[in-house]
Amino acid sequence: MGGIRTAGDLVARMQFTRGMRLTEAKQYVAEKLGVSVLDLSDPVVMLDVRKEHGLGSMYESEITNVDEPIALAAKFNIAKLLDIPINCVEIFRSQVGL
Amino acid sequence: MENKIRTRMGDGALVEMTPAEIKADLEEGTQAGAKRSKNPELAQDELDHLFDIFASNARVTGVDIGDEAVLSYDGCGSQDMGTRLNDLQVYEQILCADSLELYNHDYSYKPCKPLVPYEQAIMRQCQLLLTAPCGYGAMSDLGRYTVPDGPVTNWSQLLPLGKIDEAREAQEEAVEMAAEDMVFVVEGMVEAGIDHVDFDTAGAAGDADFLATLKAIETLRAKFPDLGIQIGMAGEFVLGMHGQLEYDGKRLAGMWPQAQMEVAVKAGVTIFGPAVNVNTGKSTAWNTARVITICKPCCETSTIPVHLNAGMGVGAVPMHITPPGDATTRASKATVELMRLDGL
Repeated sequence: MGGIRTAGDLVARMQFTRGMRLTEAKQYVAEKLGVSVLDLSDPVVMLDVRKEHGLGSMYESEITNVDEPIALAAKFNIAKLLDIPINCVEIFRSQVGL
Repeated sequence: MENKIRTRMGDGALVEMTPAEIKADLEEGTQAGAKRSKNPELAQDELDHLFDIFASNARVTGVDIGDEAVLSYDGCGSQDMGTRLNDLQVYEQILCADSLELYNHDYSYKPCKPLVPYEQAIMRQCQLLLTAPCGYGAMSDLGRYTVPDGPVTNWSQLLPLGKIDEAREAQEEAVEMAAEDMVFVVEGMVEAGIDHVDFDTAGAAGDADFLATLKAIETLRAKFPDLGIQIGMAGEFVLGMHGQLEYDGKRLAGMWPQAQMEVAVKAGVTIFGPAVNVNTGKSTAWNTARVITICKPCCETSTIPVHLNAGMGVGAVPMHITPPGDATTRASKATVELMRLDGL
């Protein structure tokens, strides 16, 4: 689906964590993001959407500014947006006392 | 004279076939799949759709915009350039993989067991630096538990001697050891932050291998309700090396994808991956029609995502160490569109 360039990683998370089939997973993610299902695989749309929600993207400085979340920080936002537990986020929380 | 279409054989060889030959192969492929699996043959409109895909000389093809499926992996990267974390970063940042899988080069759970602390250390770094869901995978690989690699008598040597009872006992002993080891490794990797776990080539050593995997999954599901659990099968049906093993009251030997999926769901799997072996002597069109015929009912009834195993030698992808993109994309497009696949 395009991974972090689109919403592929987000749809994948719904499949892995909640066992959602593709149609359901796409619909769920689209609703959470406030976009259409077609937008999910559009890198032009999703770059702005991911920036808006702090969901991370490619590290390259021309794509992601240093003040925008990536990696673990982004996963905090992904967990909150998708309303799913993300293991490493929970571990980090427990390790820093959040 | 009919024009020729460039296509591939199951071993990756580039050949030329006429449209009539491709149509004939599609029909024969679905007939072969139906005969073996007892599933219905593909309908004419489905065969026509497959023909449209294979009657093209385009280098690559793909699904329509908006119909993309999710990709999962049995290990990301070659581990030959940089670190394993670098491999996953390449997959995420450059290849834009939807999910990632850290793996040990010796891709079996038994050899990973003594290495868990080292695998954990890498996984922790991965989770700090990656955004896409990152899991850990290996094979159940029951054969590792037999002499000389393990403590159990080799049932493959007992069977030809007619020692059936002894062979069954050996497999039952190995099942318990393997399940315990798989649970141990995965528990350790959950501590390190994995998003999901992959049990690859489940059933490779037959029904006992499949049972060991199901038992491990059942234990892990009870302990980790939110853990993503993916299973990838080894073949289109489960070999009856033991012949009498059951899960949830169902005999595992002889199971085809739909039945495999049902017991996997029962055990607690969240993504099921059927595998259909490639016939290297037949065209990719033949193999694709056969794969879809065998797996389609599984996708229609599954309550969880189905990610067809599609790689060298399975899922209609040619059996070659560097599968050609023209064949891979055709097989991918065909299976996603006709099987309503959730991923590959």
